This record gives sequence, structure tokens and C-alpha cells, in this order.
Amino acid sequence: MRQFRSMVYPYVIWITIMIVVPMLMILLYAFTTAGNEVTTIRFTLDNFIRFFNDAVFLDVLKRSLVIAVATTVLCVLLGYPIAYVIASGPEKSKMFWILMITLPTWINMLVRTYAWVGILQDDGLLNRLLGLFGLGPFPMMYTTFAVVLGMVYNFIPFMILQIHASLAKMDKSLLEAASDLGANRIQCFLRVTLPLSLPGVLSGITLVFLPAVSSFFIPKLLGGGQYVLIGNVIETQFMTSGDWNFGSAISLIMAVIIMISMYLTRKVDTDPAANGRSE
Amino acid sequence: MEKQKHRIGSKIIMGITALFFYLPILYIIVFSFNDSRSLTRFSGFSLRWYEKMFSDSSMMEAVFYTIVIAVLATIISTIVGTLAAIGLSRSRRILRSAVEQVNNLPIMNPEIVTAIGMLMFFSALGVSKGFLTLLLAHIMFCTPYVILSVSPKLRSLDPNLADAALDLGATPAQALTKVIVPQIMPGIVSGALIAFTMSFDDFIISYFVTGNGVNNISILVYTMSKRVNPSINALSTLVIALITVVLIIVNVIPIIREKTKRREQV
Repeated sequence: MRQFRSMVYPYVIWITIMIVVPMLMILLYAFTTAGNEVTTIRFTLDNFIRFFNDAVFLDVLKRSLVIAVATTVLCVLLGYPIAYVIASGPEKSKMFWILMITLPTWINMLVRTYAWVGILQDDGLLNRLLGLFGLGPFPMMYTTFAVVLGMVYNFIPFMILQIHASLAKMDKSLLEAASDLGANRIQCFLRVTLPLSLPGVLSGITLVFLPAVSSFFIPKLLGGGQYVLIGNVIETQFMTSGDWNFGSAISLIMAVIIMISMYLTRKVDTDPAANGRSE
Repeated sequence: MEKQKHRIGSKIIMGITALFFYLPILYIIVFSFNDSRSLTRFSGFSLRWYEKMFSDSSMMEAVFYTIVIAVLATIISTIVGTLAAIGLSRSRRILRSAVEQVNNLPIMNPEIVTAIGMLMFFSALGVSKGFLTLLLAHIMFCTPYVILSVSPKLRSLDPNLADAALDLGATPAQALTKVIVPQIMPGIVSGALIAFTMSFDDFIISYFVTGNGVNNISILVYTMSKRVNPSINALSTLVIALITVVLIIVNVIPIIREKTKRREQV
């Protein structure tokens, strides 16, 4: 049993250096003033005070949260029916559709986002399609619509796959039992299928919300340079302004928000009353 | 009657889904063959953007770096991850759960947080940003995925197998390569595949840790997309084609191997 145990030690050293130390550096930078000589380290909360006292940054934070929540809600509303249809189909088509949904996620996210630039132009495909019905043209590029669309497009596969996984695990005889006991199709869905698929929905929510709230290239590509989300602010601090302390503080704030929201979703998951398992 | 309606409804939903997922990809492929600069009007077939791409040294360099980094990061992280996973499966529980926790950090953290951590780490060490930092960062975020896909295979492996091999006189290296590794091969292969596509497609971490003119395809698309440049479509089509080929090879090889195995048995 003890053979090979030592093989893990090099990796322990590696992750300590490459994962733990960088994380600690973010913490250190967030709570210190500029100037990174070890001898003159000075702890401060200024970076956080600066963020929460600036209306511009608070606006950006609010917008990022609104967009991430909107993206997540849309992914649930659109992803659920898709996952449901896939899960209720025959075995062969199930495999096919899961492959169809998974395939795009293997393709470069940046390329897939850039693909929408042509479609969303004023004289682009979508506007010309709408034009056939006498609608538009609507300005779409560089709007919130384009940003949310880009996010839904990139992240919805995670939602569909998670919901599908929990629907596929469901015992079909439960539905038969419910309808034998007099439940109609809507009741069957609301009281059996939906509660049983909730864990899948919740893990889908985490998988969508997390990249949505921290994304910075989707707003840049589809929202334009003026469209600033929290990820863009962090990018600017590190790539152009060079204020690493402030940038670290902002990413810490973002990480805490993500942790809180993950904790809340997990709480819903384990809360029996919200889960339909109250009996 | 109602069932039929239901079936038509599902067909419509799945049709729209397929359109939504694949139209943008098709769109970019079609417009990479466009004769004009326009991203919205197709004025005729031409290969001029491909010519432009192949004669553009910055684009070709980016393709080169992307492939070299992806191949190196895949090989190294697969070996490191597999060895670590085997060691981990035999470690004490405290160490195992600690390593698993740290391992999950780059997977669960927003990529931008991992990226700025790396950026500050490399600059504190005084390493100049470029090929080396890019490669190290890619190994860092690929290895956890390899461990995640190898570990379940190890859990279902009979621990006595390796001990039996050792008792029968195999050296630890032989027990490792002849007994353990073949048993967990499917996990290693899928880990390597995930590592390759993660590295090949990565943008955020690469963007923060690279420098001195070393770019990958994603960074190039990001910096070039500020102006209309149809060569991006050609480059994107190349990326889509490459990944599709890799996926086909990975999915077809096991089928062929299975067939030859069956033929040998006959």
C-alpha cells in the first residue's frame, strides 16, 4: 500500500508554489499599499475603502451582478426545456443531442463570441431576418442585449448538461406512480420531475453565474470598449493602470461575492423545504 | 393526437437549439471564404483571407505557439497528474483532502483571479513574461483536470493488483507501467484530451501571463478583433477545423482499436 505514496510529494511542492503562493499574493497585495519591497510592507484597507466609496465602481459592480443574474435566469429558462426534451427522447437521440450540445464547448470561447459580431451588425443576419417581417433594423452590437446573448451562448451548455444529468438519473416509475395516483401531466411535472431535477439546476446555476460575473472579453467584444463590467476593471488595473493592489482588492471582492452566492445556492440545495423533500 | 403535437413541439425546440449553437460557427466558416471585407454581405468565394493569414507572420507564430504550448502542456501535465493521482490514492486521508482542496482552486476560482495570481507571482520572481511563463501557467491549470479524470479510475482499481505484481518480483517501476497504468488508461486519455483542449483554447490566463511578443491564437483574436479583419475568420475556421480533427481522432481511435482487437480474437 505504501508503495508509490512518495509520488505525490513533488506535486505537493508544485501546487504550493504555483497555486497557494499566488493566491496568498493576491491577499497580500489587496491589503497593502503600493510599492512591493518586503521591508516597507504597510497593511491598509484603503483599496477596499476606495472601491466602496466610488459611485462609478459600485455602478460597475451592480451592472455585473445584474447581467450575471439575467444570464443565469435565461440559461435556466431556456436550458430547462431543452434538457427536458433531450432527456425524454429515445436513447439514441439522447446521445446525439448531448454530443451536439457538448461539441461547441470544445471550440475556443473567444472564436465563438467573435462569431456573433457579424450576425449582430445593423445590416447583419439577424436584422435582415427581422427585416423580412418588416421589423427593425434594431441596433444590437454594443448593447446589453449583445453582451447577455454572448454570455448565454457561451455558458448555456453547462446548464443543459447539468439539468439533463439529473433528469436522466430520475426513476421513471415515479412518474407512472404519480399518474396512477391521479396526478395530471402538469402536476406530475411540478411535484415529481421539477423537485428531483433541482440539484441539477442548482449546480448549473453555479457553473453559469461564476464565469458570467467575472467575464471580461464578452463585454469587450460584444459590448464595446465603453461597456465595463467588474472583470474589465480588474483587467485595466493589471494591464494598463498598473495598480496591482487595487486590482487585487477588486478581485477579492468579486471572489467573496461568488463565494457568498455559491453558499446560498448550496443552502437551497440542502434545505429540505425548498427541495420538495419535506416529508 | 396529443402525443404527436408533443413530438412536433420537441422537434421545433431542438431545431432552434441546433440553429442557435451552430449558426454562428457556420457563419464564421462561410465568411472566411468571403471575397470582400464585409462581415455581413457575402460577395463571392475567395481564399484571399487564407492567403493573408498564411503570409501574416504574427498569425502563423500564434498558431505555432498555441500548438507547441498545448502539446508540451498536455504531455507534462498528463505525466505529472497521473503520477500525482497514483501517489494521492495511496496517501493518508489528511494529505489527500488537502491536495484535493488546493487542486480544486484553479477549477473553481474565476479564471481571472488565477490569472492575476500567476502574473504577480512571476513578476515577483523576476521571470520575464513569455514562452516559459505561458508554459508553466498552462501546466498549472491543466494538471488538476488530469488528476480529476484519473482519480475515479484509481478508486475502482483493486489495490492488491500492484501488491501482487510486487510480490511476484516486479520492480515498482514495472508494477506501475505494466499493471497500474494500463488499468487506468481510459482516465489518462480523457485527462490528456481535456488538458489539450483547455490549453489550446485558453485565453484569460494566457493573456495575463504572456508577453514579449509570444501570443497564442486567442490573444491574437482578442487584440485583432478591435478592427474589422476577415483574416480572423480564416484563423477561427482553422481553429475549429483543428479541434474537430482532434476530437474525431480521439473518438475514432478507440473504435478502430476495438475492431482490430475483435479481429485478433477471431
